[in-house]
Amino acid sequence: MINWFKKGEHWIWFSASAVSISVVLVVGLVLMIAYKGLAHFWPHAVYEFNLNNQGSVEQVVGEIYDTKYKEVSYQDEAGIAHKAQVKQYLIKVGNRDIYGIDFRWISANDLVSQTLKKADNIFVLERYEWGNVYGKLNYIQINGHKYPVNAQNMTLVKKTLAKSQQLRGKIKHIEKMDIGSINYDLERLRLDKKKLRLTGSFTTDKQAEFAEQSQLLNKQFEQFQKQLTVLYSQRKALGEVVLTIAGGQKVHVQIKNIVKLWQPNEMSLLEELSFFFQSMGHFLIDDPREANTEGGIFPAIIGTITMVILMTIFVMPLGVVAAVYMSEYAKEGFLLRLVRISINNLAGVPSIVFGIFGLGFFVYILGGSIDDLFYSYAQPSPTFGTPGLLWASLTMALLTLPVVIVSTQEGLSRVPMSLREGGLALGATRSETIMKIVLPMSLPAIMTGLILAVARAAGEVAPLMLVGVVKLAPELPIDFNAPFVHLDRKFMHLGFQIYDVGFQSPNVEASQPLVYATALLLIVIIVSLNVGAIIIRNRLREKYKSLSH
Amino acid sequence: MNLEDENIAIEVKDWALFYGKKKALNGISMSLPEKKVTAFIGPSGCGKSTLLRCFNRMNDLIDSVSVTGDMTLYGDDMYAKEMDVSLLRRRVGMVFQKPNPFPKSIYENVCYGLRLQGIRDKAMLDKEVQWALKGAGLWEEVKDRLDENALGMSGGQQQRLCIARAIAIRPEVLLLDEPTSALDPISTLAIEELIFELKKEFTILIVTHNMQQAARVSDYTAFMYMGDLIEYSDTDGLFTAPQQKRTEDYISGRYG
Repeated sequence: MINWFKKGEHWIWFSASAVSISVVLVVGLVLMIAYKGLAHFWPHAVYEFNLNNQGSVEQVVGEIYDTKYKEVSYQDEAGIAHKAQVKQYLIKVGNRDIYGIDFRWISANDLVSQTLKKADNIFVLERYEWGNVYGKLNYIQINGHKYPVNAQNMTLVKKTLAKSQQLRGKIKHIEKMDIGSINYDLERLRLDKKKLRLTGSFTTDKQAEFAEQSQLLNKQFEQFQKQLTVLYSQRKALGEVVLTIAGGQKVHVQIKNIVKLWQPNEMSLLEELSFFFQSMGHFLIDDPREANTEGGIFPAIIGTITMVILMTIFVMPLGVVAAVYMSEYAKEGFLLRLVRISINNLAGVPSIVFGIFGLGFFVYILGGSIDDLFYSYAQPSPTFGTPGLLWASLTMALLTLPVVIVSTQEGLSRVPMSLREGGLALGATRSETIMKIVLPMSLPAIMTGLILAVARAAGEVAPLMLVGVVKLAPELPIDFNAPFVHLDRKFMHLGFQIYDVGFQSPNVEASQPLVYATALLLIVIIVSLNVGAIIIRNRLREKYKSLSH
Repeated sequence: MNLEDENIAIEVKDWALFYGKKKALNGISMSLPEKKVTAFIGPSGCGKSTLLRCFNRMNDLIDSVSVTGDMTLYGDDMYAKEMDVSLLRRRVGMVFQKPNPFPKSIYENVCYGLRLQGIRDKAMLDKEVQWALKGAGLWEEVKDRLDENALGMSGGQQQRLCIARAIAIRPEVLLLDEPTSALDPISTLAIEELIFELKKEFTILIVTHNMQQAARVSDYTAFMYMGDLIEYSDTDGLFTAPQQKRTEDYISGRYG
């Protein structure tokens, strides 16, 4: 044993166990998030519970979300106190419009029978408002006809549902794209008018021109409005389904309000799988609903990507050029050392500090001045003097600048001096050598810096809350109205979405799976970015490998 | 030493070089003849590489270096303020101790200098690349794989590629800084034969550790020691009848 210590074997074991603990923690984290996030998309079985409720039996139908054991103390006949662990079920009962809340806890003590029973013939309806309905289908009413529930009529429902989705798509297209762009033009017209008035050049000619334009737009608007009215009434006439929910109440659900309809207890594995992938797809491409606790996260994905791309555009040239100056041109000395130390320290500054700086400098000082200079006609409502995409990207660029500079410098220092000399000896100037030989060879390191920066920006939340991220943005930061990228708009972001849905949501239990699903997506995005970068870097490294001497 | 029959390419007068305050070259004066091979020999740290790097102003890269004296290339003051360093380096090419091909294709390596001069014409580049590779004795080996990465070649081939790269821009003077010290004997032989061919067109200055090599390839030899030029004469004379005691000690292997 003493020998064992003398040889230093205990150090090997000690360090190896540190590694294994870290690995277990990381793997555990990913597995838990993946399991909880993916489970959200699976069609859960719906169970039926019968509760003793002071003599009568109460029926509860829903999905089991969670089980817990609770310590209960009771007295037996002899008067001796006992303690027992009693199982508790968290049930998603849905029907929020009727029950008030869609979750409830049930104690196993109250159950008539302890065996879990899947409910027969139960339907789950996901609605655009008020969440899910769990119940038994009574009848279907389409175009004024009443149909009983059978397989043939169910295909009719599916068909009507598809039609409803189609109508919804058309309506959304008209509202968001057509009317959206008219509104955009009208707003611009209004601001142009205001601008001319301020400069005093609002002549009668101009007045007529503006009136004509706005009349034209209004006419178009009315046309779209008419189309919309037709579509809305078509959608309303689609019909409804009637269900009996646990407790015996009848619920009428208009088909236009149904997102989808399924029978989880009667699905085959194949159907379950297709449901799983469909829900996943909808999660990625749908807009959020019900205060972000339902629906998809499409705007958050778009917001994150747009912000990250803009940030890259800002940070890469700046960081790379700064690194080139510091390692290729600047003379070694006290000043350069000071700058280096400052940059390294900048990387350690808490991100919220960058947020405050972004708000104070970018938004208020820079944005305010831009508004005063160029958008004074729009005041008092601010254009750039308010948090938005541009300022968020700039703040994140500043936050990730040290990472880019440091890794670029590392890459530059790894290019052998002999190659620089080789270039110079052929009559290249210093800048030609840097551009054509040194920088291309440092690409792997620059890529590393970029990826670290992107991963950081995609995951950062705190500073973004101050400089442009919102819970729900009415418009995407990119759209089809010129100039396509709207730097002044506020946007949604995956990281903030997690925080908001997880901690600021009115319906915590309902949104919990969404938090995991969003976190999983964020991990997947960042991991795939990293993997992509590692692949590119290794390929470039391979190319330059023989230069390592 | 008698250089009266020769055209002089580079004239050096009272050349001194300092690293900070430390003197590395002590007032060297010499004339380097055109289209001949001049070898610089001497023990490590004697300043021969430093002197060679003065001929294309490679020492400019080091901040602490300062120089005094005169150095002219065919009468042009190489260290004049108005001298364009890039232009000077086009006239004075250099090949380094370790092969340093760029991580590009063989073809791109050779045309690098030409492209810098703004030559875009593909036919002309092809012609020049072929000429340079032939000049470096590499054409037969690589003519079918010009698009392959230069780093895939052997060390000796890489060094000849560096020579091809240097002569592609047709310099007047070619500096070779211990060009064979990282190579095997067969590659060394190839390069030595190449030097013999190249001196028909270029003035060649070579730094070498290997006295046999200096004796084999050079027409003139300069022996340096501790920053001083000790002896400079035709190679046969220097190796058979050295005038200085220190030269004799060195070439007979008593130190260095």
